[in-house]
Amino acid sequence: MTVLFSIFLLTLSVITALAIVRTRNLFVAVMLLGIFSLLLAINFFLLDAADVALTEAAVGAGISTVLFIAALALTSEKERDGTSQRWLSLLVVASAALVIVYATFDKPRFGDPNAPVLQHIGPWYVQHTPEYVGIPNVVTAVLGSFRGYDTLGEVFVVFTAGIGVLFLLSARRSRSGQRRPRSDATEIGLRDEILLRVVGRLLVPFILLFGLYVQFHGEYGPGGGFQAGALIAAAFILYALIEGEERTLHALPRRVLNGLMVGGALLYGAVGVAGMLMGSNFLDYSVLAADPVAGQKIGIILIEAGVGMTVCGVLLNIFHAFASRDRVQ
Amino acid sequence: MNLLGLYHYWVFAVLLMIGFYAVVAKTNLIKKLIGLSIFQAAVFLLYITMGKISGGTAPILQKDVTDAIFSNPLPQVLILTAIVVGISTTALGLGIVVRIKEEYGSIDEQDIQEIDRQ
Repeated sequence: MTVLFSIFLLTLSVITALAIVRTRNLFVAVMLLGIFSLLLAINFFLLDAADVALTEAAVGAGISTVLFIAALALTSEKERDGTSQRWLSLLVVASAALVIVYATFDKPRFGDPNAPVLQHIGPWYVQHTPEYVGIPNVVTAVLGSFRGYDTLGEVFVVFTAGIGVLFLLSARRSRSGQRRPRSDATEIGLRDEILLRVVGRLLVPFILLFGLYVQFHGEYGPGGGFQAGALIAAAFILYALIEGEERTLHALPRRVLNGLMVGGALLYGAVGVAGMLMGSNFLDYSVLAADPVAGQKIGIILIEAGVGMTVCGVLLNIFHAFASRDRVQ
Repeated sequence: MNLLGLYHYWVFAVLLMIGFYAVVAKTNLIKKLIGLSIFQAAVFLLYITMGKISGGTAPILQKDVTDAIFSNPLPQVLILTAIVVGISTTALGLGIVVRIKEEYGSIDEQDIQEIDRQ
């Protein structure tokens, strides 16, 4: 039954992807991309990847859609007719697809427990997590502790991308040198839409609460800093869509966002250095407490908090960078 | 059933190439970024599919349950971080597209090349 369901979902996602590429209306394409991400998230859930499904749903279906729409508002919605070298591209793409499909015949069948990829280090993580890290969610253990270096790198990539967007879009280029003053009266929000406003305002605190739950329960269930950061950012973006950007910036000013962005990355690094100062390797949390397993727990909670802060700060900063820019005529 | 066992990989191949087609053949820069997102999603699907074990469950240990089979946590960790990095890089791309629109007045590759040639 699950197999049939996942085959149905996968087919649906291929159809959606085809529709995305075919449509000339970019707004439609972006909306379909959101649906595509949601379909993919359900697929991930069926494939036992609860953490990944949560992330994909929050990031792919939520934040990515908003960012694309913000970019569309600054550019244009219609795609011009005309593709470059359509038949040549189709030929290349079709033959490459055939080659990949041909290669899959050598792959182990879906879910085969003897597949080489399932033999090596994966089972080791599952087996030794209770002994070394002592938290139930193996994904969080691998993310935060065993592969802590990797995650540190990812956090800095996110941080760098955020800085990049701020550099690209924060520089003011309007002719008068002055930003168009925005007041509550001129701001385009959805405040007049009574239904959206009531429902949205009701939802925001619950999304925030769920975000915090995901952040602090990440050791025991699906969740962690990446998901929580995205969820909390999504709550504030929803608030900005309903109440307008100015009020959101009043609730969570830019300097707080910058602080979150920098502070999260620094906190992660500081935990690593603390391990060094206490006489062990960089990012070894075992020495943070008298009991190695307790130390691991402290370390993971701290670095997950750092990850959540950076992700939330970067995503909101990116959103505000897009939203506060005036469209050129 | 034996061939159906490869269905996930075929979907991966098709999605990958749909995304790639949008990147190479479409001239609109935002459409290219959308294509890149589909391409990325296909790779995510490949990794997560490889970590799945039949009859397995999400790798979250439970007390008193000792006979559970857990799917491979490692691909999940890699993809989890890749999704967030993906959105950050997409945002960076969108930022560049917005700047291109402001400088060139168009987000179509052909227009931009024409302006550059002049």
